[in-house]
Amino acid sequence: MSDAPSTPAPTPSIGALFMGFFSVGIIGFGGVLPMARRMIVEERRWMTAGEFTDLLSLCQFLPGGNVINLAAAIGLRFRGVAGGCAGLAGLMAAPVGIVILLGAVYGRFQNIPTVRHLFAGLGAAAAGLILALSIKIAWPMRRNYGGVAIAAICYVAIAALRVPLLPTMAALVPASLVVAWWQQR
Amino acid sequence: MSGELLSLAGLFTRLSLLAIGGGPTILPEMQREVVAVQHWMPAADFTALFALAQAAPGPNMMVSTLIGYRVGGFAGALVATLGMIGPSSVLTMALVSLWHRFRDALWRRVVQASLVPVTVGLFLASASIIVITADRSILLAAITAAVVAISLGTRLHPLWLLGAGALIGMLAL
Repeated sequence: MSDAPSTPAPTPSIGALFMGFFSVGIIGFGGVLPMARRMIVEERRWMTAGEFTDLLSLCQFLPGGNVINLAAAIGLRFRGVAGGCAGLAGLMAAPVGIVILLGAVYGRFQNIPTVRHLFAGLGAAAAGLILALSIKIAWPMRRNYGGVAIAAICYVAIAALRVPLLPTMAALVPASLVVAWWQQR
Repeated sequence: MSGELLSLAGLFTRLSLLAIGGGPTILPEMQREVVAVQHWMPAADFTALFALAQAAPGPNMMVSTLIGYRVGGFAGALVATLGMIGPSSVLTMALVSLWHRFRDALWRRVVQASLVPVTVGLFLASASIIVITADRSILLAAITAAVVAISLGTRLHPLWLLGAGALIGMLAL
C-alpha cells in the first residue's frame, strides 16, 4: 500500500490512457486488479488511493468485469467517452490477441492425446483456482446468516437445479435487498 | 451478420449485463447457453476453453473471446468480445457521476451489501460446475484439490499452479 501523492499528476492524454491500460492487460496473469491499482495509484498517479477505492466499489457493483469497468470509468473521467474507449481498447488489445492465438493453436492440436491430457490437467488446475477464489470471497460472509441463506438458495438454483440466471436474479436480488436493508437499520 | 454472429452478439450482450460481481458469476449461464441451448460444443470443450482463458493474461472474461473464435472465427471473437465489454462499460460510464453524488447515502450501502450474497452464491455455483466437468478422473480431482489447498494456504502465483497442473496432466494421464 502506498499513500496518495502530494502533487497530482497532469491529466493523462488519450494515448497515455491506452498505454497505461495496455501495460495492465499484457502483464495481468491470474488477476489484473492488483496490476491496475499499482499502475493507476502508484506508478502514474492518476488518482489517490481513496478515489481509486471509491471508483472500484462502483465497478464491482455494476455488471461486467471489474477492471473492464474501471478502464471505462477512468478513461471517461479524464478524457470523456473517447478516453473511456481508449482505456478499454488498451486493456483488451493484448489479451484478445494472445487468447485468439492460444485458441488457434489449441484448435489445431487438440486431437493429439498428449495435448488433450495437458489441457485436462490445466482444466483441473483452473477449476481449483476458481474454487479457491470462491471460498476466499465467501469466507468473510460466514457469520451473516441472512446472507448465507441467500447465497445457498442461489447456489442450489444455479448449480443443482440449473435454473437460468435471469429468473434466479429476479427473485434473489429483491430478497437480498430486503435482508440487507433489515440488517442495516 | 450471419445467424451465428447474431446469436453470439445477443448472448454476450445479455451476459454482460447479468455479470454482477464480475466475470465468473455468469459462467454457469454461459455454459448452459453454449452447451445445452446453442449446442456449439460439448461441456468438455467449454471447460478446455475456460482453462485456456485462465492461462492467458487479461481480465477474467477472456473465455468469451475464445467461444466467439470457436463459433465464428475472427469475426466471432470480435463480436463476442464487444458484446461482453460494451453494454456493461456504457452502463458504468453512464452511472459514474450518480455514484459519486450518493457516496454517503444509506440506499447505496444497502444496495452494495445486498449484492454480496448473490455474488457469493454465483461464484460457488460457477466453481462447482467447472469442477464437475473438469475432474473426470481421480488424478484430475487430486490436481484440483491440491490447487485449492495451495491457493488458500500460500501466496504462490496462480500461473505456477496452472503450469504444474498442465505438466502433471501431460505426464501422468
